[in-house]
Amino acid sequence: MSDLTRKTAVELQELMTSGQASSVEITQAHLDRIAAVDDSVRAFLHVDSEGALAQAAAIDAKRAAGEKLGPLAGVPLALKDVLTQEGVPTTAGSKILEGWKPPYDATVVKRLKAAGIVILGKTNMDEFAMGSSTENSAYGTTHNPWDLNRIPGGSGGGSSAALAAYEAPLAIGTDTGGSIRQPGAFTGTVGVKPTYGGTSRYGLIALASSLDTPGPCARTTLDAALLHEAIAGYDPMDSTSINQPVPAVVEAARRGDVTGLRVGVVKELGGEGYQPGVEARFHEAVELLTKLGAEVVEVSCPHFQYALPAYYLILPSEASSNLAKFDAMRYGLRVGDDGINSAEKVMNLTREAGFGDEVKRRIMLGTHALSSGYYDAYYGQAQKVRTLIQRDFANAYEQVDVLVSPATPTTAFPIGDRADDPIAMYKNDLCTIPVNLAGNAAASFPCGLADEDNLPVGFHVMAPVMRDELLYTVGAALESALAEQWGGVLMAQAPELEVTR
Amino acid sequence: MTAAVLEIDDALAQYDPVMGLEVHVELNTRSKMFCGCPTEFGAPPNTQTCPVCLGLPGALPVVNARAVESAIKIGLALNCEIAEWCRFARKNYFYPDMPKNFQTSQYDEPIAYNGWTEVVVDGETYRIEIERAHMEEDTGKSTHVGGATGRIHGASHSLVDYNRAGIPLIEIVTKTIEVPGDKAAAVAKAYVSMLRDLLLALGVSDVRMDQGSLRCDANVSLKPTGSATFGTRTETKNVNSFRSVERAVTYEITRQAAVLASGGKVVQETRHWHEDTGITTSGREKSDAEDYRYFPEPDLVPVAPSREWVEEIRSSLPEAPTLRRVRLQEEWGFTDLEMRDVVNGNALEPIVATVELGVTPTAAKKWWLGELARAANESGQELNALGVGPAEVAEVQKLVDAGSLNDKLARQVFDGLIKGEGTPAEIMAKRGLALVSDDSALIEAIDRAIAANPDVVEKVNSGKPAAAGALIGAVMKDMRGQADAAKVRELLNAKLGI
Amino acid sequence: MPSITREEVAHLARLARIELSDAELDHLAPQLDQIIALVGQVSQVAADDIPPTSHALPLTNVMREDVNVPCLTPEQALSGAPAAEEQRFRVPRILEED
Ligand SMILES: [Zn+2]
Repeated sequence: MSDLTRKTAVELQELMTSGQASSVEITQAHLDRIAAVDDSVRAFLHVDSEGALAQAAAIDAKRAAGEKLGPLAGVPLALKDVLTQEGVPTTAGSKILEGWKPPYDATVVKRLKAAGIVILGKTNMDEFAMGSSTENSAYGTTHNPWDLNRIPGGSGGGSSAALAAYEAPLAIGTDTGGSIRQPGAFTGTVGVKPTYGGTSRYGLIALASSLDTPGPCARTTLDAALLHEAIAGYDPMDSTSINQPVPAVVEAARRGDVTGLRVGVVKELGGEGYQPGVEARFHEAVELLTKLGAEVVEVSCPHFQYALPAYYLILPSEASSNLAKFDAMRYGLRVGDDGINSAEKVMNLTREAGFGDEVKRRIMLGTHALSSGYYDAYYGQAQKVRTLIQRDFANAYEQVDVLVSPATPTTAFPIGDRADDPIAMYKNDLCTIPVNLAGNAAASFPCGLADEDNLPVGFHVMAPVMRDELLYTVGAALESALAEQWGGVLMAQAPELEVTR
Repeated sequence: MTAAVLEIDDALAQYDPVMGLEVHVELNTRSKMFCGCPTEFGAPPNTQTCPVCLGLPGALPVVNARAVESAIKIGLALNCEIAEWCRFARKNYFYPDMPKNFQTSQYDEPIAYNGWTEVVVDGETYRIEIERAHMEEDTGKSTHVGGATGRIHGASHSLVDYNRAGIPLIEIVTKTIEVPGDKAAAVAKAYVSMLRDLLLALGVSDVRMDQGSLRCDANVSLKPTGSATFGTRTETKNVNSFRSVERAVTYEITRQAAVLASGGKVVQETRHWHEDTGITTSGREKSDAEDYRYFPEPDLVPVAPSREWVEEIRSSLPEAPTLRRVRLQEEWGFTDLEMRDVVNGNALEPIVATVELGVTPTAAKKWWLGELARAANESGQELNALGVGPAEVAEVQKLVDAGSLNDKLARQVFDGLIKGEGTPAEIMAKRGLALVSDDSALIEAIDRAIAANPDVVEKVNSGKPAAAGALIGAVMKDMRGQADAAKVRELLNAKLGI
Repeated sequence: MPSITREEVAHLARLARIELSDAELDHLAPQLDQIIALVGQVSQVAADDIPPTSHALPLTNVMREDVNVPCLTPEQALSGAPAAEEQRFRVPRILEED
């Protein structure tokens, strides 16, 4: 049998339903792959072989008993380490949570389990999702399978790298400013940020509560749509959850018909600062959509230029408060408890030792932005910019159905390149941030390799609130047209990883 | 060295007190403010917690609808406006008993604001303006180990129980209260006592002050008599009984007066009230560094109570206690003075309940303000904590009405009830308290009294019938009080022919 | 003139309960200064008449019924505690009353 790890989730499901492979076999194949390549990729922080195989065996038993199973039952998945899974170490990439085993499942995890999806383990990420490269992980950097000397993007670099390294066919990410889409773009995989409130945040270790959104990652549009459907939907445990039916994402991914779809190219997201190879692939993809029957126009979103500064006020403000709970009293790391130090001192020492530089920077920035005397000028003003960006989107969606842009200004950069230049790092997320501020849905789909470096470029699609299906319409249309052009999927062009055994 | 405190009269001669009262009330909802954990008092430690109220990473709050309804009830009962749209906000500060290191509270958008209420002190009515009533959550509870009896100072470590964390609180904040200095402390006490009655009437809280479900912080400052400039205020925390409120306010007035009179400056600070010694001590200084960095709680969406809902709640409110008091006074025919005694004695609700059981208002008042109030006072208990309720009072009164007991014996029955000796009937049997209703026994006693007191008989016969009182006394003594005095008089009069 | 001084950064670290070393302060203060200059751009958007947006979506009145749901067991609640005693979280001595 051909290598099970090269299959899509849909293909794996066919193998299981036709009896050609069991979930245990598929799971074992992926565990073997992780063992073979993760020393060089470092996508995983924790591999739960035992739990995964037990889950797989349970699914096989159900299948054997003739139970009706969902479309992803028995398919393995890599889970970003920012979501709680009962009894499984959950660190959010931080030393301060080392060894913590949550006593409860996140809603997304509950739904994965209910769908019979097999959780292989927890993937690496920038500490508390603060970063665009995974270099801020307390447990080391993840390497991009396309070029091991480069970063895989972040914060969800582990999840996307796991897909690109064939360690898992499915993964879960979370997107606060681009943490699903940017790593998707950098690894040549699909990353979808659903509408804010379309997927539950319960059990997602909060970075910025008003921006965080869990979402699906996969190597194909249809796999992503199936995973989207499995995890999305109203959750009474999350007050910001939307009580509406899940958009028809799977149907859209199956049809992929852009005929008559009005597509707006965002004028402000391109030009200076954008890598030529990125722009070239982006424009070709736009051309392709036109050929497929879409109506393409240029639209202007004049306030997007203020999205980055507004984001770097709102996010740190909320984060400074969300991360206050890590204080050494109830769980996690405790430093300096010598019987003499006070609780206050122990808190200070623990937070000093347990948080990395970027986390400290953002906590202090947020503390500053919320301080009396600064609130109006910073946090208050940023919230007004947020209104202006929402209005830009509303105006644009009056003219078009979806907006498009490159997912990132550049391709994946070398490890260490921007590690101590926060502002250069922040600019990675120029294209992805506006959506988070407005709560829209968005996704990145692979659209080719940049000529300069032969690295993947992401095509960014943005859709109105609860119109997530439009993302899949565009993604699926592009995917099939490009595959025809290339004679196969983009991932087929990725270099083979050396196997260490 | 200057005195630590001035005499209150000296203090008030020179300064006018200005107060502000912040009262925290724990609601009696079944579940917590933002999660489904129970709110039972006294459960074993950390048995009523979940990821939400423990502040575990990833957990999210969801607002308890009944807590919002209770907040609106309280707001309406305090004549507040109810916000058409308001939000929760995070109050950020670090403290080990606060699981998230921020308290989910409300800041510049309280659910209720701009209200007023009235209290009566010594027959005078004082209007108290309400600034706001807002929703928030309680903290966990720390036990300090290794120091002197649970004190924080000198402790080696602390143990935290988060059962209380997340219990819904309503914080009710008054505007500045300026009343004549000699009434300030009494007005503060009356206000808290009025709130207790109100909250009980609304059914939104158990208001068990002994369990900390109503806690008062008193802000006090002084200004020189006649001056318009406010002085520096202190905030005395956790004053948790009516009497303590009165004492703490008085103490702060006398303490601050002593500081000012000796040329010193009052420090703006939090102070702690010590029930045992009756003084306040300096706590944390309010510095500029105290910056709560409030911002709208992003994990919760705004609360926008529809006007229909608010009106529905308004129409379901019980009669306002002040209006009810006026009505009851009229129905009962009590004088202003009597009614004030009833209210000040916390006897209003017990009397209402007793009257509902068929006892006359006068009789109910007699027991609650007499025998029972005295017993409560002697044992330092609240009237409602004596273990004698309206049902027992009604039962005893029925026995009196039936002629089985007289007032004197009834007092002994109450004594037995307080001491937990059983039901009134059991107590009467045990203590042998039943009245002697057998005429022949009484007549024998009367004969003995007449025989023993020829001089009194002589007086009566010489046209002084009032002297017969001494004979009645002698008979009652002979009967050990277990006789109906009216019956004795009737039989004696017949015997003496008067 | 920097938009934030080293002293202010030290003050923020105290508010945020992080025991920064001098070396870290030297490193972080200029970085924060740069970032604050960047984010300060929001003030260029004159927006006096623009309402602030704190929530991505205009939801209101999301509430739950006042009913009890199962709690964690005390063992679960305390499972992550760095120290526990008498079924409570054991914490170092607390300096000041709240
Ligand atoms: Zn709870």
